[in-house]
Amino acid sequence: MSINWFKFASPAAFYPIAGRMIPWFAGIAIVLVLGSLLWGFFGTAAQLGGSNPQKEYYRIIYIHVAGAWMSMWLYLVLAGWSAIGLVFNTRLSFMMAKAVAPTGAIFTVIALWTGAFWGRPSWGTYWDWDPRLTSELILFFLYIGYIALHSAIDDTRRADRAAALLAMVGLVMLPVIYWSINCPDPTQCAALHQRSDPGSIHASILWPMLGVTLGFWSYAFAATFVRLRGIILLREADSAWVRELLQGDSGR
Amino acid sequence: MKEFLHQGGYAFFVWGAYGVTFGLLAAEVVALMVNQRTILARVGRWVRGPTQGSAKTASRGNE
Repeated sequence: MSINWFKFASPAAFYPIAGRMIPWFAGIAIVLVLGSLLWGFFGTAAQLGGSNPQKEYYRIIYIHVAGAWMSMWLYLVLAGWSAIGLVFNTRLSFMMAKAVAPTGAIFTVIALWTGAFWGRPSWGTYWDWDPRLTSELILFFLYIGYIALHSAIDDTRRADRAAALLAMVGLVMLPVIYWSINCPDPTQCAALHQRSDPGSIHASILWPMLGVTLGFWSYAFAATFVRLRGIILLREADSAWVRELLQGDSGR
Repeated sequence: MKEFLHQGGYAFFVWGAYGVTFGLLAAEVVALMVNQRTILARVGRWVRGPTQGSAKTASRGNE
C-alpha cells in the first residue's frame, strides 16, 4: 500500500484530519495517565530500596521521567520539523514546529519542577548546578528562545526560517542531557540517576511510568494539533478553503 | 484516604509535584481553548467582514 504523504502536507488537507484526531488523542491521554497513576499509587510499595530507601516521594517518578522524556522528544520533533521545513520548504512543517514548541516548554518546566520536588526530600536540595539539571534548564531556554525569536520577527516566513535554524543549532543539547542522565560510566556520575536503565526498575513502577509517558505523548499530540489548527487558520485566512469553511460558521 | 493524602509525611513534595504538573497542563488546555475561540472569531470576521478587501490587509501581525 502506498500513501502519498505529500497530499497531507497541505494545510488544507491536514486541518480536518488533525481536527478528527484531537478527541482520540485527548481521550487516550486521559485514560492512560489516570490508569497508570492509579496503578502507580495503589499497586506499589510505600518504600523502595534497603539501607537508604526511597520513601513515598519516589512516586514523583511517574510524572518526572515522563515529563523529562517528553521535553527531549518534543525538542527532537521541533528540530525535525524545522529541518524538514528548511530542506523541503513545506509550509505545514514550520507550522508543526511552531505548534509543538509551547507544549515542549511546558514539559520541560514539569521535568525541572518535579525534579526539584523529588530532589529536596532525597538529596536535601531543590536545585544543584550539576550537568543534568543545568542542561535541562538550557533546554527550557532553547524552547523559550525559539518562541521568542519567532514572535520577534514580523515576517512569518523569515520568522519560520530563523527560528528553525535556532532549533537545529540547539539540537546539540539533547545528547548532553541524555548522557548526563544515562551516564555511560556510573562511577563518574552523581548518585541517583545511575540506576535509571529500565532493566533495574521494578515492573510495578516501570509500567505505570511508561503508561504516563505514552499518555503525555498523546496529550502532546492533542495540544499540538489544536494549536496547529489555529496557526493554519491564521496563515491561510486568505485562501478559498478557509473562506468556505468559516462561511458556515461551524469552524469544523 | 487520609493516609493516601498524607503520603507518609511527604505530602508536600508528592502533591506539590503533581499539583503543578496537572495545573500547568490544565492551564495549557484552557489557554488553547480560549486561543482557538479567538482565532475562529477573528478569521471569521475577516472572511465575512463588510470590507470586501483581502484578509491580509487587516493588521494581524505575526500569529
